[in-house]
Amino acid sequence: MNSVKKLLGYVWMLLAPALICFLLYEAFEKISAAAAIHKANVTLQWVIILLVFTPICIGFFIFGKYASDNEYDHLPESSQEIE
Amino acid sequence: MNIHLQTNISMSQEKKQSSIAFVIGASSVGTLIEWYDFYIFGMLATIISKQFFPADAGTAALLSTLAIFAAGFIVRPFGALVFGRLGDLIGRKHTFLLTLVIMGGSTFAIGLVPGYATIGWAAPILVLILRLLQGLALGGEYGGAATYVAEHAPAGQRGFWTSWIQTTATLGLFLALGVIIFIRSSQGVEKFSAEWGGWRYPFWISLLLVGVSILIRMRMSESPMFSKLKTEGKTSVNPLKESFGHKANFKMVLLALFGAVMGQGVVWYTGQFYAQSFIETVCKVEFIQSRDLMLWAILMATPCFVLFGWLSDKIGRKWIMLFGMLASILTYRPIYKQFLALTNAKNRIEKIDLSKTVVSPKKVIIDKKDNTKIYVVQHFDTAYTDGAVFKYTKTDTLQLSASYDPSISIDSLSTKLILSQSAKPNVVIEKTMDHSTYWSLIWLVFIQIVYVTMVYGPIAAFLVEMFPTKIRYTSMSLPYHIGNGVFGGLVPFLGTLIVEFTKSSASPNGDVLAGLWYPIGVASVCFVIGLVYLTNKIDKNVMD
Repeated sequence: MNSVKKLLGYVWMLLAPALICFLLYEAFEKISAAAAIHKANVTLQWVIILLVFTPICIGFFIFGKYASDNEYDHLPESSQEIE
Repeated sequence: MNIHLQTNISMSQEKKQSSIAFVIGASSVGTLIEWYDFYIFGMLATIISKQFFPADAGTAALLSTLAIFAAGFIVRPFGALVFGRLGDLIGRKHTFLLTLVIMGGSTFAIGLVPGYATIGWAAPILVLILRLLQGLALGGEYGGAATYVAEHAPAGQRGFWTSWIQTTATLGLFLALGVIIFIRSSQGVEKFSAEWGGWRYPFWISLLLVGVSILIRMRMSESPMFSKLKTEGKTSVNPLKESFGHKANFKMVLLALFGAVMGQGVVWYTGQFYAQSFIETVCKVEFIQSRDLMLWAILMATPCFVLFGWLSDKIGRKWIMLFGMLASILTYRPIYKQFLALTNAKNRIEKIDLSKTVVSPKKVIIDKKDNTKIYVVQHFDTAYTDGAVFKYTKTDTLQLSASYDPSISIDSLSTKLILSQSAKPNVVIEKTMDHSTYWSLIWLVFIQIVYVTMVYGPIAAFLVEMFPTKIRYTSMSLPYHIGNGVFGGLVPFLGTLIVEFTKSSASPNGDVLAGLWYPIGVASVCFVIGLVYLTNKIDKNVMD
């Protein structure tokens, strides 16, 4: 199981930047498309989405890094292990 | 001697049970009221948009109101940080007393803000500030209440006792729906929607509810575990640094978020919000009926929170939560397809009752600003043999070359007078479903809320057991509010946005089920992480 955790850690590390790129691409495409046809302003909603999800994706990357470093092979059983 | 000892033990157990019952009751009432306060804003969004934005802003006003509503969700993690830190520094009791005062005060104040017509742009700005305060307060409340109850609960019953706190979010929604429906039904739509009308009452009622809750909470004592730490001088000096600056704890915060709360959040908001929005806006079920059926489903499913909380004490938290997520992933699309099938007019052509089907004569409304522009409105009420009635209101917009003469019937209006006509009439549909379909819809929502109870019932105990007492409030609040406030709170908004992306000239309605890919995707990732990384072990000792 520990090797699966490690392997998946790499997947999460790849997925996090991929998600940021996807969101940036979508934001750029939708904002441009809306501007071209003078549709309702969608910039604000995309700025909010990017501002909210970018830090979460960074957190997801760190989670992947910890997983690939075998940090989750053993979960703490008492608070002494956390402190 | 033996009998005397047994009687003493039994009395002490009874005292303990009644004490924990008081703790649960006092914590739950306050949390329930906070949820009530938080939800009434969203449920009154349509009216709020009309009161606090320019009259001609239309959809833009509604979108702005929804943005203010969403701001309350996005700010929740910040409330978790601010009040979580405070709760770990000065104690649970005083912190969640403070959050209750902030929530009650800001909710009451929203009900006092004059409309746009009176104070202009100051109105939406004031409402936004008050909404942000609501979000901050809620961010601090839940973690405190869950921690407080868990720290009072006996080992081996933590899931059961904290599950009562878990019912409050759903019951808060129930209370908000009930109060709004009651006031609206007793006042009528017009009085309810006026500037100082009945829509403000649910906000004002909050002050009374919060007042009662504060009185109850004042009688509560501090959590025994926190008091012990305080006496021993072992409380945290810097909870934020210890929670997120130390790798050993931060990795658990990330695991809680990505392995449990993120999936729980999307399942929660899909079952209780997206479902209602879908039934009303996509299936076009009538306003009161779409809310009534939610009330029934919520009422019937709520005991399951306690059931799964109790069960999690017996078999562990992990598998119950993961099963709820898996069931959601696998059945969301079939459930929503069934919503569409049950309410689709094409599937009930053979049931049309021609004797009760009415087509009203065309009615002409002249535009207030331009008397050469007219709206031709016609109602088609299709009745069905099973008792369902689908009401269609078709509106054609006509631009005339001269002002409209009301003495001329619209049917005899010369085509030469018409300069242009809307390419596609605007059709508003309102469906009142028959008894059997109504209960089928309730059943489908009930199934989703049972999933909610599976993922949400055990989660407070699960989070409490993950973190040490001295930084528990801070550590569990942040992942909880990112998972619920951000991942969950954005389900209706992102779901609607995804459907918008699927719209094209070839398919003007787009794929109405596409919005489900967001909760399904998030829940799937969370399921895999939970399956691989989480342990099912129950931490019996949360004293450390």
